[in-house]
Amino acid sequence: MRIKVSKRETISPTYRYLSPVIAVVLALLFGMVVLYITGFNPFTVYRAMWHGAFGSLYGLSETMVKAIPLMLCALGVGLAFRMLMWNIGAEGQLYMGAIGATWVALTLPDSSAYILIPLMIVAGMVLGGLWALLSAIPRAFLGVNEIITSLMLNHVAISIMEYLIHGPWKDPHGFGFPLTPVFSSAARLPTIGDSRVHYGLVLAFVAAIILFFVLKKTKWGYEVRVIGESPAVARYAGMNMARNIIIVMFISGALAGLAGMTEVSAIAGRLQRGLSPGYGYSAIIIAWLGKLNPVTIIVVSILFGALLVGGFSAQFIGVPAASVNMLQGSMLFFLLAAEFLGRYQFQLVPKKEAQSNE
Amino acid sequence: MSSALLISILAAAISSGTPLLFACLGELLCERSGILNLGVEGMMLVGAVSGFLAVAYTNSLTLGVLAAIVAGGSMALIHAFMTVTLRVNQVVSGLALTLFGTGLSGYLGRPVIGKPLPTTFRTLEIPLLADIPFIGPILFRQDLLVYLSFILVFVIWFWIYRTRPGLHLRATGESPETADSLGVKVFGLRYFYVIMGGVLAGLGGAYLSLAFAPSWLENMTAGRGWIAVALVIFAVWNPLRALFGSYLFGGIEAIGYRSQVLGIAISPYLLRALPYLFTILVLILVTVRSRKKRLGAPAKLGLPYSRE
Repeated sequence: MRIKVSKRETISPTYRYLSPVIAVVLALLFGMVVLYITGFNPFTVYRAMWHGAFGSLYGLSETMVKAIPLMLCALGVGLAFRMLMWNIGAEGQLYMGAIGATWVALTLPDSSAYILIPLMIVAGMVLGGLWALLSAIPRAFLGVNEIITSLMLNHVAISIMEYLIHGPWKDPHGFGFPLTPVFSSAARLPTIGDSRVHYGLVLAFVAAIILFFVLKKTKWGYEVRVIGESPAVARYAGMNMARNIIIVMFISGALAGLAGMTEVSAIAGRLQRGLSPGYGYSAIIIAWLGKLNPVTIIVVSILFGALLVGGFSAQFIGVPAASVNMLQGSMLFFLLAAEFLGRYQFQLVPKKEAQSNE
Repeated sequence: MSSALLISILAAAISSGTPLLFACLGELLCERSGILNLGVEGMMLVGAVSGFLAVAYTNSLTLGVLAAIVAGGSMALIHAFMTVTLRVNQVVSGLALTLFGTGLSGYLGRPVIGKPLPTTFRTLEIPLLADIPFIGPILFRQDLLVYLSFILVFVIWFWIYRTRPGLHLRATGESPETADSLGVKVFGLRYFYVIMGGVLAGLGGAYLSLAFAPSWLENMTAGRGWIAVALVIFAVWNPLRALFGSYLFGGIEAIGYRSQVLGIAISPYLLRALPYLFTILVLILVTVRSRKKRLGAPAKLGLPYSRE
């Protein structure tokens, strides 16, 4: 017997959505090997992770809490990727969104929630969107590589945040710690029931549904898809590339900015370091695993939220939290490899037949 | 400004620029072969942590550098397999390498965070040369790895422009079909240069953790791998210009650390953003200029090659 390899005409739709599952499974197996080599019992670690993320009501709600910013960032990043705009600046856009929301909360300390929350949402989204434009505009009009500029802007955004919490916005009663004052309760995004899960979840669901229909049903959504799939065709059809780049990047940044708003308003209650443990970077992997589809991105975000919470639990048995980042990174490789295999057909054929075909 | 201060800033520009220079030279070779590797940041981090761990456990700087090189090269091997053999999207594979490398280095380095090293690269004055006024203290009171980078720049320049394998390298980046038809082993050659890129990025990482700031901190490269990718564009894929660009960026970083001495009244937190802002600015200027003059990247950069 011999293995005959031939190229497929099209990738089967089942495999398209099966490949991320294969990638996750392979990454988890790879993680077991690394854990074993570095002296841990992989089963104990995975059991602790599973238990931490899904084993209790608290774990489940924490999983959702972590999934919210991931959903928003990944929806944004995924939209940009659709058009082959490599926005890897969600982390910085998130921090700028947090800064915008904080500015509103600190400027209007006595307003009611009905004014504050919408204003904070708008400020966060606008600032996040504008931050993305800093790499979109040079890209649209001058062809400057947006990958490098958007990544550089992450570091700039974090520097600005550091400056604000060490300087003008520092809490005078904060014992010298780099933090802003605590927001008024009106500036806190409410939570759902008794849990820590907040209404950011609803915002993320709404964003996903809108994106799903806009991409599927509107002319503009069609343009975005065509530009992403074949830029040459798009140019030939007279689509305005620069305009679409600007719009897509603004929305992409605005969604990450919204994530910054929810984190600062619902979770931290003040601007401080470590608002995001790298949500903007995980979003890149989530968007890819979710096949850039808004609905699947939501599902993958919950899985990644669980990974973060599970990773936190695994720390109690001595496993570094970075193990989760490593797992996520390897998932992307396994996905790329799985997608490659999907483009080929593997058949076992009798030796004679294989020879006669050559 | 006193000349002593100027000398100290320029000397610091060289040491801050050295990790960028190693990484930039590596990426330059890789891109010359037609493969874009955005995993530089990840390869540097894994190089830095591997070098640090090796020195911490064996007490040998040689083994530390060796570990960093092997680690960087192995990381690059993944990218080579993904992009040359499987022909997947080079941008996504490179991003995956950076994300994976960030996680892996954080995982491996956890036990040694904040620990001191038994031995580090120290300043090694070159006799006679170090006594040349002005130039001596800037160029020749550095450590061994800096001297290695001086030599590497010229070796790589000579290799690319003056040797036969260098001609094959350039041909592969410009037109792999032609190179292939002339008997150049395109696939093997791309593997080789992608791995060389990782080796040099690993070395750049080792310079950070063993010489520049001997310690291990998560994400200690702080975007230097990405600045190195931008520097390759700035350098128009020429090693000599890479040298100049790396020291220019090193200088910006050095000035940021000395703002108080220099009497710059800007918050140090904002000054930390300077190298990143400068990268964006330079990238915009270079892109505009190269469009006018049609200077540019290897023609087939980022495109997979197959014989189908």
